[in-house]
Amino acid sequence: MPILLLPSTNFKFFPPKLKCVDMKLDTSGLESTSPFFGSGDELCPELSAAPSFSLPLSTDFDEFQKDTKATLKHAKGTTTLAFIFKEGVMVAADSRASMGGYISSQSVKKIIEINPYMLGTMAGGAADCQFWHRNLGIKCRLHELANKRRISVTGASKLLANILYSYRGMGLSVGTMIAGWDETGPGLYYVDSEGGRLKGTRFSVGSGSPYAYGVLDSGYKFDMSVEEAAELARRAIYHATFRDAASGGVASVYYVGPNGWKKLSGDDVGELHYHYYPVTPSTVEQEMAEVAGA
Amino acid sequence: MECVFGLVGDGFAILVADTSAVHSILVHKSNEDKIMVLDSHKLIAASGEPGDRVQFTEFIQKNVSLYQFRNGIPLTTAAAANFTRGELATALRKSPYMVNILLAGYDKETGPSLYYIDYIATLHKVDKASFGYGSYFSLSMMDRHFHSGMSVEEAVDLVDKCILEIRSRLVVAPPNFVIKIVDKDGAREYAWRESVKDTPVSSA
Repeated sequence: MPILLLPSTNFKFFPPKLKCVDMKLDTSGLESTSPFFGSGDELCPELSAAPSFSLPLSTDFDEFQKDTKATLKHAKGTTTLAFIFKEGVMVAADSRASMGGYISSQSVKKIIEINPYMLGTMAGGAADCQFWHRNLGIKCRLHELANKRRISVTGASKLLANILYSYRGMGLSVGTMIAGWDETGPGLYYVDSEGGRLKGTRFSVGSGSPYAYGVLDSGYKFDMSVEEAAELARRAIYHATFRDAASGGVASVYYVGPNGWKKLSGDDVGELHYHYYPVTPSTVEQEMAEVAGA
Repeated sequence: MECVFGLVGDGFAILVADTSAVHSILVHKSNEDKIMVLDSHKLIAASGEPGDRVQFTEFIQKNVSLYQFRNGIPLTTAAAANFTRGELATALRKSPYMVNILLAGYDKETGPSLYYIDYIATLHKVDKASFGYGSYFSLSMMDRHFHSGMSVEEAVDLVDKCILEIRSRLVVAPPNFVIKIVDKDGAREYAWRESVKDTPVSSA
């Protein structure tokens, strides 16, 4: 496999006298009529020198794209959770994006706002999740315009599940929870790219989910105040980020009630750590005494 | 792992399914009902990939009721089973549905019946059947203790024996089961056998 560069990273002007070995994409058609490079420039002796960029030296472009995509593993490690309680639905997530062992971002919005009454969470491929949630948002708005009422959480989640099911086996990677408030009250569904769709009261998705479940299951009660529920969600995310290397950044907490969603908090998990476990001065077990007369 | 089984008794058929929704090592849900009421006198229990399971059983259910709307009479259990098999067989060479199905029903003319349909579209009319890891235990249990013309009490007793054996011998045993029955009075949920309770969804 030759070393390949993505087209956009190798954008440069080639003076016509230079012979280039690899294939070129002629972009002269895209040029504006007035040249944007200086006419007196020695590097560009000819005014009409067309900008071009090299294409990957590959006979199988599809395979090249696949290989390129495989080297960039996007946002696979995640912790997201959501649960229904007395007052509504609590949704929380971390904010780390990783590409294999590399942390590519510490400030990803993993809780996607579909409309004022519905949230989606993001686990798996970041692009797949963002795209299909935006797509779902459009479909929900169209439903609202056509029927003069908001779509139910049941309906919205099924819309997404049916789309994902129709693309199954084609490489989509989505693990999401659709949480919201509709005419029937709070709603929570788990939807994934294998076509699965589950209704439930308590879900956690992502590589950190087993850790989050541990905290969530032991601390969950149906009768909780919004503050208690938010603290449980925050704590579950914090503990997941503590053990799961692929989760971290900020623990953001959203609440969906009868009047729509509201962002309650976004705390750096590092700061949460020192908040939960403050540094205490270590006790000195034995003090060195100077040898008398030394 | 998945356990779906059923048997035919005297004037009724009984279906049992585990209620776990599992993803690798995680149990996402322990009260997922895998037995669908197809129409007033039919039950369909399915195991397999979660996406396919729901999509396929809903597809069958919608088509069975479409037939009833068009023709004014419902499909017989045998007809529904053959239709289901046909759909699985057509899909098999395109994009197969990874679902194994037990279809139980009650007809006035023929009485109760149970059909075994697997994902490669094999159709069998049987009086006891099982799918999944649980089948290693429940099949032998039913071979030993089943006899024709069982009463509801005897059948439920046998079903409980199977559940107990699965829970005590299967490493990856699911905690909860749902039992459904179909007889002359229709298809209905009979009981749940739960050892782990999920917090119930409130009517908020």
